[in-house]
Amino acid sequence: MNTSDVIVVGGGLVGSSVAYGLARAGARVQVLDEGDDAFRASRGNFGLVWVQGKGYKFAPYARWTRQSASLWPTLAAELLDETGVDVHLQQPGGYAFFFSEKEIEERRARLQQIQDDLNGDYPFEMLDNAQIRERLPEIGPAVVGASYTPMDGHTNPLKVFRALHAACNKRGVAFRTRQTVASIKHANGVFRVQGNGTTFEAPRLVLAAGLGNRMLADMVGLHAPVQPNRGQVLVSERIRPFLNGPTMHVRQTDEGTIQIGDSLEDVGYNDGTTTDVLSNIAARAVKTFPMLGQLNLVRAWAALRVMSPDGFPIYQESPTRPGAFVVTCHSGVTLAANHVLRVAPWLAGGDKPQGIEEFAGDRFLNPDRVIQHAH
Amino acid sequence: MAHENVDVVVIGAGPSGMAAASTAARHGLSVVLLDEQPAVGGQIYRSITRTTPRRLEILGPDYAAGKELAERFAASGATHVSGASVWQVTREREVNYLHEGGSKTLHAKRIILCTGAMERPFPIPGWTLPGVLTAGAAQILLKSGDVAPAEPVVLAGCGPLLYLLGWQYVRAGVPIKAIVDTTDFSDYRRALKHLGGALAGWRYLQKGLMLMRTLKKSGVPFYKSATQLAVEGKDAATALSFEAGGQRHRIDSKLILLHQGVVPNTQFTWALRAKHVWDDAQLCWAPEVDEWGELNIHGIHVAGDGRGIGGAVAAALQGELAGLAVAFGERRIAAEERDRLAAPARAALRDNLNIRPFLDALYRPKLENRVPADDVIVCRCEEVTAGAVREYVGLGCVGPNQTKSFGRCGMGPCQGRMCGLTVTEVIAEARQVSREEVGYYRIRPPIKPITLAELAGD
Amino acid sequence: MLTNQLFRPLTSAEGGTVTVEFNGEPLQVPAGRTVAAALLGAGVSRFRSTPVSGAPRAPYCMMGVCFECLVEIDGVPNRQSCLVEVKEGMKLRTQEGAREWNTEELEARHGA
Repeated sequence: MNTSDVIVVGGGLVGSSVAYGLARAGARVQVLDEGDDAFRASRGNFGLVWVQGKGYKFAPYARWTRQSASLWPTLAAELLDETGVDVHLQQPGGYAFFFSEKEIEERRARLQQIQDDLNGDYPFEMLDNAQIRERLPEIGPAVVGASYTPMDGHTNPLKVFRALHAACNKRGVAFRTRQTVASIKHANGVFRVQGNGTTFEAPRLVLAAGLGNRMLADMVGLHAPVQPNRGQVLVSERIRPFLNGPTMHVRQTDEGTIQIGDSLEDVGYNDGTTTDVLSNIAARAVKTFPMLGQLNLVRAWAALRVMSPDGFPIYQESPTRPGAFVVTCHSGVTLAANHVLRVAPWLAGGDKPQGIEEFAGDRFLNPDRVIQHAH
Repeated sequence: MAHENVDVVVIGAGPSGMAAASTAARHGLSVVLLDEQPAVGGQIYRSITRTTPRRLEILGPDYAAGKELAERFAASGATHVSGASVWQVTREREVNYLHEGGSKTLHAKRIILCTGAMERPFPIPGWTLPGVLTAGAAQILLKSGDVAPAEPVVLAGCGPLLYLLGWQYVRAGVPIKAIVDTTDFSDYRRALKHLGGALAGWRYLQKGLMLMRTLKKSGVPFYKSATQLAVEGKDAATALSFEAGGQRHRIDSKLILLHQGVVPNTQFTWALRAKHVWDDAQLCWAPEVDEWGELNIHGIHVAGDGRGIGGAVAAALQGELAGLAVAFGERRIAAEERDRLAAPARAALRDNLNIRPFLDALYRPKLENRVPADDVIVCRCEEVTAGAVREYVGLGCVGPNQTKSFGRCGMGPCQGRMCGLTVTEVIAEARQVSREEVGYYRIRPPIKPITLAELAGD
Repeated sequence: MLTNQLFRPLTSAEGGTVTVEFNGEPLQVPAGRTVAAALLGAGVSRFRSTPVSGAPRAPYCMMGVCFECLVEIDGVPNRQSCLVEVKEGMKLRTQEGAREWNTEELEARHGA
């Protein structure tokens, strides 16, 4: 019988993070996942474990992100221990580059605001071109300045995904692939999830289906108005070690390839790449580090972020169907540590993480709330 | 980036490309033919415009037939851009290509993709070692510069190209150490069912039999029904070992030429997200096209081996049909004239494809040479083994895009050309489902490398 | 380093030879051919080592599909040598592992 303690709908980065966390907490878990060509935001991860700039005018998110970044070494060590997969987490600090005084000032003001909201517990530096050059001699002359924080880092997102799957496997999480969800019913404390002619039952249900959460949330009295937001990324051929830390749009992976992003496009459910955007992304990268112009582009891809109206995550337990939760965000890598170590125990019946009510999906139903997109 | 408008862009200067471009130009359309090589001919007629009488003699009459096609193309009025590396074709018929250090863009009313075929991968132990090449590679060396094996060479696998190469080597006086043929009795039995078609294509059959007779007479050691092929060596190939006649054999050689047929080069059609079907007779993916070669994408046609393996003559005929179709599409000829002109090409095409089912059945590559053991590398670029792919299936991956994200297979410079078919089949066998269901890699631009500076438009 | 004479020109002196530099040493190769064909014809059988494991590789398909024939040509790394015609004075280097920066190009740009 397809019963377990928890059903997780969605086997992407978020779904497998919570599934692993649940299994760690001792729950028996089933994960329902779609097929090979599903949209899969997980495929589109840049790999940043990024703190700076997030949570502007919404301190809970700044704190949530910072906490996850600080828990990441724990997650990485655990995954290595459990699966032998090294996810190559590095947290040397990160840079964001800007090409005009206006942009620099906007950035400084933004980071200052977040620092104030966090009572000073938010280290950052603003650097001019000469100062950047001392640390990154390859920086281009067009870069007017940068913001740097020691809190930022990066990892190999595909290895993270693989490690999570392997860890889930090890702990007996059952993955049901090519499984869609047609209906969710709730009776006598049990959720019955049906799709493709199969039924799954469990007293707890976690919706981690990315863009699919929009529709699924309605079935259990939750509100998750997520929309697709496209990001395009370029990947170059491998080169000898060149950049030993992440920057917001350019990073060197542990394999040696240079990964360059990105865009924020409102184009519906279209995950195709477009020449003009790719060209702009390449141009910005070459402006930042002129040497990159030499490198061959080997791959370009696009993925759809799971974007809420204000850009912040949605975490909520259904008020009408207790035991059903929605977990969705567009920073599945950065927040993976929190998802495994803090959200999952809550999903399993443990204590709510502090401040998580701030992320309830109901916030979008509040007519008095001003929704500003975080980007 | 320079932008230009043109009626028709043809990509690839092999037989189908030359025929398509010539036909379209003949009907008054502006045509640009983009090709990677310095001269026309594609692979099958490689270097046909620069060949010597001696080389024509060695290579045989089928190769020489390309000369006329090349001459017709040169006189057609179509513009030939050589050394052009096409890195993107969009559904809106924008063609981006690299030429002389810069990226250029063509906006076409119609596109005819003529990118032909490539060798089917041959993933056996040791196939990545220096000294292992494809029979096609060896033919290219012969065609483009009389370069031939320096020592007695081993040819292994199956299919007409393998035997043709052997025959060409015999005529050139190149010693062959052995031909190791994987064709066995079950293949003959399977092929017999299609004998009718073979007999209808009897001229082709006759050529083939003559070729084999010459080979056998030359005294080259011939091993039949060979299985368990493996290339030995540490840093380079030193020998080919295999089983035949109930015995294990080991033939010393530093040069081993492998071949088990060719498959359509589908990078552009997959990148366009055109519909493909798994052709189980040819064991490959083929784009779905109508009788004129048009994809399920308006205005984009495929002609030649790129839409299914049919050989050079069939490719040229399909090129002609596509050329007629675009001439009609652009209102240069009426439907009746188009159909009238197409009729002889269609009849000839039917004749030429008669032999196909027989050949596909007879030279069907063995499963063990398509779906290898765990320790054999399937993705050459990223050095991922078949066993690793099976492991990812065990972790829940249902298709090649998931295995790609788990293990990088398909992420290297060749963009899945060398491993795509193998990975699809490994997953299908592991999951015990059809190839159709497993699907193929998501292919994205750039189809050929372009530097960031070129892309940025510096 | 000439490792193994796998291929040789059948006919000599047609189009003559050109002299190139291969890993710093002068090498005479058949003219009018692709770099890959020229190198193979001159006795080179190892073109590169892979960035993943350092395994030795050499041309496989000769038609631009396999990306095994990658060498450095005149300072530009990772070039498909089967698609480039050999020219007198070309500087060729085996591609060892992941590429390096093309220092000539960097200098040229800085100088400009």
